[in-house]
Amino acid sequence: MSTSTADLQSNPQGGPLHGEHVDDRDHHHQSHFTTMEQQFDTSKIGMWLFLATEVLTFGGLFVGFGMMQNRYPQEFIEAHEHLQRWAGSTNTVVLLISSFTMVMGVLAARTGQGAKCARYLWTTVGLAFVFLCIKAYEYNHKFEEGLDPGYFYHHKGDLIAGSHGYSTFFSFYFMMTGLHGLHVLIGMVLIGWLATRAKRGEFSSVYYTPVDLVGLFWHLVDMIWIYLFPLYYLIK
Amino acid sequence: MEHTLTQGTTTGGQGHSEKNYLNETTGIWSWMTTVDHKRIGVMYLVAVSFAFALGGMFALLVRLALLNPQHTLFGKHWVDQEMYNRFFTMHGIIMVFLFIIPSIPGSLANFVLPLMIGAKDVAFPRLNLASFYLWVGGATLALVTLATGGVDTGWTFYTPYSAQSSTPVTLILLAAFILGFSSIFTGLNFIATVHKLRAPGMGWFDMPLFVWGIYSTAILQVLATPVLAITLALLMIERNFQIGIFDSRIGGDPVLMQHFFWFYSHPAVYIMILPGMAIISELIPTFSRKTIFGYRAVAYASIVLALLSFLVWGHHMFVAGESDLANVVFSALTFLVALPSGVKIFNWLSTMYKGNISFETPMLYALSFIILFTIGGLTGIFFATLATDIHLTDTYWVVAHFHYVMMGGTVIAFFGGLHYWWPKITGKMYKEVWGQVGAVLVFIGFNVTFMSQFIMGGRGMPRRYFNYLDQFAPMHMYSTFGSWILAVAFFITAVNLLASLKYGAKAPANPWGGTTMEWETDSPPITHNFHHQPVLTHEPYDYRPREATRV
Amino acid sequence: MLPVNQGSDFARESDFIYMSLFWLSVFFFVGITFATVYFSWRYRYKAGRVTPHQTHNTALEVIWTVIPTIIVVGIFFWGVNGYMKFAVAPGEAMEIQVVGKQWLWTFEFPDGTRSVNELHVPVNKNIRLVMSSEDVLHDFYIPDMRIKRDIVPGRYTQEWFRANDQAIGEHVSTCAEYCGKGHSDMHAKVFVDTAADFDKWMATGGTEYLDYAPEAWGKIQWDRKGCSTCHSTDGSQNKGPTWKGIWGTMVKLNNGQSVLVDEAYVRESMMQPQAKIVAGFDPIMPTFQGLLRENEIRGLIAYIKSLK
Repeated sequence: MSTSTADLQSNPQGGPLHGEHVDDRDHHHQSHFTTMEQQFDTSKIGMWLFLATEVLTFGGLFVGFGMMQNRYPQEFIEAHEHLQRWAGSTNTVVLLISSFTMVMGVLAARTGQGAKCARYLWTTVGLAFVFLCIKAYEYNHKFEEGLDPGYFYHHKGDLIAGSHGYSTFFSFYFMMTGLHGLHVLIGMVLIGWLATRAKRGEFSSVYYTPVDLVGLFWHLVDMIWIYLFPLYYLIK
Repeated sequence: MEHTLTQGTTTGGQGHSEKNYLNETTGIWSWMTTVDHKRIGVMYLVAVSFAFALGGMFALLVRLALLNPQHTLFGKHWVDQEMYNRFFTMHGIIMVFLFIIPSIPGSLANFVLPLMIGAKDVAFPRLNLASFYLWVGGATLALVTLATGGVDTGWTFYTPYSAQSSTPVTLILLAAFILGFSSIFTGLNFIATVHKLRAPGMGWFDMPLFVWGIYSTAILQVLATPVLAITLALLMIERNFQIGIFDSRIGGDPVLMQHFFWFYSHPAVYIMILPGMAIISELIPTFSRKTIFGYRAVAYASIVLALLSFLVWGHHMFVAGESDLANVVFSALTFLVALPSGVKIFNWLSTMYKGNISFETPMLYALSFIILFTIGGLTGIFFATLATDIHLTDTYWVVAHFHYVMMGGTVIAFFGGLHYWWPKITGKMYKEVWGQVGAVLVFIGFNVTFMSQFIMGGRGMPRRYFNYLDQFAPMHMYSTFGSWILAVAFFITAVNLLASLKYGAKAPANPWGGTTMEWETDSPPITHNFHHQPVLTHEPYDYRPREATRV
Repeated sequence: MLPVNQGSDFARESDFIYMSLFWLSVFFFVGITFATVYFSWRYRYKAGRVTPHQTHNTALEVIWTVIPTIIVVGIFFWGVNGYMKFAVAPGEAMEIQVVGKQWLWTFEFPDGTRSVNELHVPVNKNIRLVMSSEDVLHDFYIPDMRIKRDIVPGRYTQEWFRANDQAIGEHVSTCAEYCGKGHSDMHAKVFVDTAADFDKWMATGGTEYLDYAPEAWGKIQWDRKGCSTCHSTDGSQNKGPTWKGIWGTMVKLNNGQSVLVDEAYVRESMMQPQAKIVAGFDPIMPTFQGLLRENEIRGLIAYIKSLK
């Protein structure tokens, strides 16, 4: 437990505190960390905490949706019939595959296979793009039918005339899928950036943190969709 | 167990290096792009001080408007209801979101926590800077809101009024939204820091209790604030796009909004008090020259408080339209959450028992905290009790209660910590006498301001009331006088601290004889904090005689 | 620190719990403060003194956790018990509808009688208030009865009380949920009447008006019926036209026509406010049909006449 002062002065084993770079250090090593491993572990903790905040944010929206569904059960059932199940199902499959390609990308990064990693990551980006295209198509379909959010809602032919339930349903639909879509877009940008770095050979077993962390993020994005899809498209 | 010096340098940091974190690099750009937790802490300190002054100014205006039932000053009408409603709303928003939540974590903890655990910086220094700029962004929007007339919804933004008010509500909601992310990232940073960057030899139960307190706060910041974010976002969207979730005019549920809001805002009050308690856990042992009594109890109490705080939000809504069953459950849980705070008070007092106590400014603030927080905590019991809550809720009793815990608690702890770590941060000693005068005046002014509010509330004076019955006139007057005493007290304190920057004596490394790691390095510290990696070699708060004595 | 009046049994019980908590708090507060001050003095700094290394005492921790727990559990049950008396209205009760709106109260009695900012209840009878809001959140709070409940727009909320003999007389009520500009103007008077007085009031609105000259009685209505929320008597701008100096003049309406301000016009404005709208103002005035007694209308007319 105790260390003599002599040891401390002669051997700064704890790492250089004055920021001097030691030659055999990875240039990604930040000076306030003792080892790359410590840095990687810490970054992972940070990402998990961030994902926790995402879960709570979306969680709030899920709770809000649940409360409104409770308030307008008939309208919500009727409104959800307008959603295109084939589109939602396809998107689910697309995202699941993209999670797989992401995992493969992380594996490739960890084993220093830069080109392979880049291919997997670009595939992931491509799949995300497909997801967004299908989403865009769905949104367009809604707008054509007048199923717009909030006070823009102007669909004709609802059974319970004058009820706010329909516009509330679509408000939540657009808010939640919109926020999710925004995360998909952000993911695309991040993964694309990683892919270019991977192609340049930046990642190896010593340092592949960004790929790992973005991978975690991408899995969360997928997970949120896994909950969104049945809630909106499937539940009676 | 052998106890040896832990200082890496033989002079114990008394002889300052020429270069320290303040002067190693110069120029405003070096500050604006810094990733040094100490510089960021100083910037936060300046920022929250401005916020405190601004929020305080609104407090003075609120109290001035209530000086007499006619709302006159030297016979002249100067304020009307609409202005008053904006005064108390802006006071609440600025104090809660711009000052108290970011204050201790952003300024003092940012500076001190890495030093306390022997680290070079926090886990994510760039994220730390981002947190600060998010604060600046949110604060800017708040100032813009102020410039465009301020809002009048109350800081709680209840619907449907907040959906209807013609004041710039969306702007201020956006400001609070951005400030929330500042808080989240700060919490995220501290959790990672405490987990991974402790010095060799420092296990969880060797950390200073300040770290436990900040860690518990950080858990709340990370888990609770996102719910605020989504609440404010939904409110912004409701106001502008009418989605029908919270506004009763379009089928929404105002009580749902309250649930969403308090689900964050109750943990938020623990985000406010836990750092204050964390500071007190440092001040009491240091100025009693005695080890903290019940280290593990205090540490566990912090965590338990954080976890339990998620379960009691409904106690803000006992008359709001919750079911009776919900009321009963929340009442029971609220009583539970009172217990860990009591445990801490008893442990602090036991620390003082048979101590060797001196009364420098930080200790005066700590003693004030114990007395005032006790009042604040005990008065909370009246609200946890369902039968009495009905009469007291939404009256001045609430206003008095929360000011006793937030101001008598957190703000006083903040000033205690500020004076305690001032030598470390600035390398200067403030004038002790003026610090003590300030502390005593704050204590007096605070009680004069808020004690009469308990009486008014018990007699039925509602909160957020501009026009009041004549029977309350004398007590409102005393309360306003108290606010002036507070203003003078804070002014004296500020002048004392600022003057020390120019005229203060050079601070030694360890002016108070503290045992935690920050006192082992220079005052002010070098940029990289320690000359050599510190290794922990003693229990926390060990005052058994060793070579190091009070300087 | 509590209202002098204990208007009901619930008020008494609430006060008893309050005072018990108060003395319990005083006990703990005095104890803690005494310890703080005494320890500060007794163990004040002496150079060279060595403090004992007391790290913890598990027994003590248990004691000062368990004892407060027992105390708070006791208080919890006591509080629930008292609360249930407030929360569960008795079966037999006179139902009075309370409507909160920005920024006045209207009350409707079982027989259809309505009043503004004035609630009369018979003594020793259970009164159930069924409350609704026309706009934002409000809260009807009667301090002397120690009852309070939010009024949420879009639904009905309830509270009940039973005034006792000591409560006969006038009481204050307030709005206890912030509702915008005029929140602190929402004071309705609550009168606890003997059975006989209550019946008389229901029939005629009482005999109070006989004590005043018509203009003075009109001015009292100006205060009580909430006219000041939208009108003014000094010429200043507000949501509705000022009353100062309008009597006997011609006012321009929003349809271009002009009309003389006389008894008929003023009466019509109060009963059918939408019939004629003065140019430059919105058609937002509510009707006072059923809310103003004949003597009150006459008083208001006299008051307006007197405002030169």
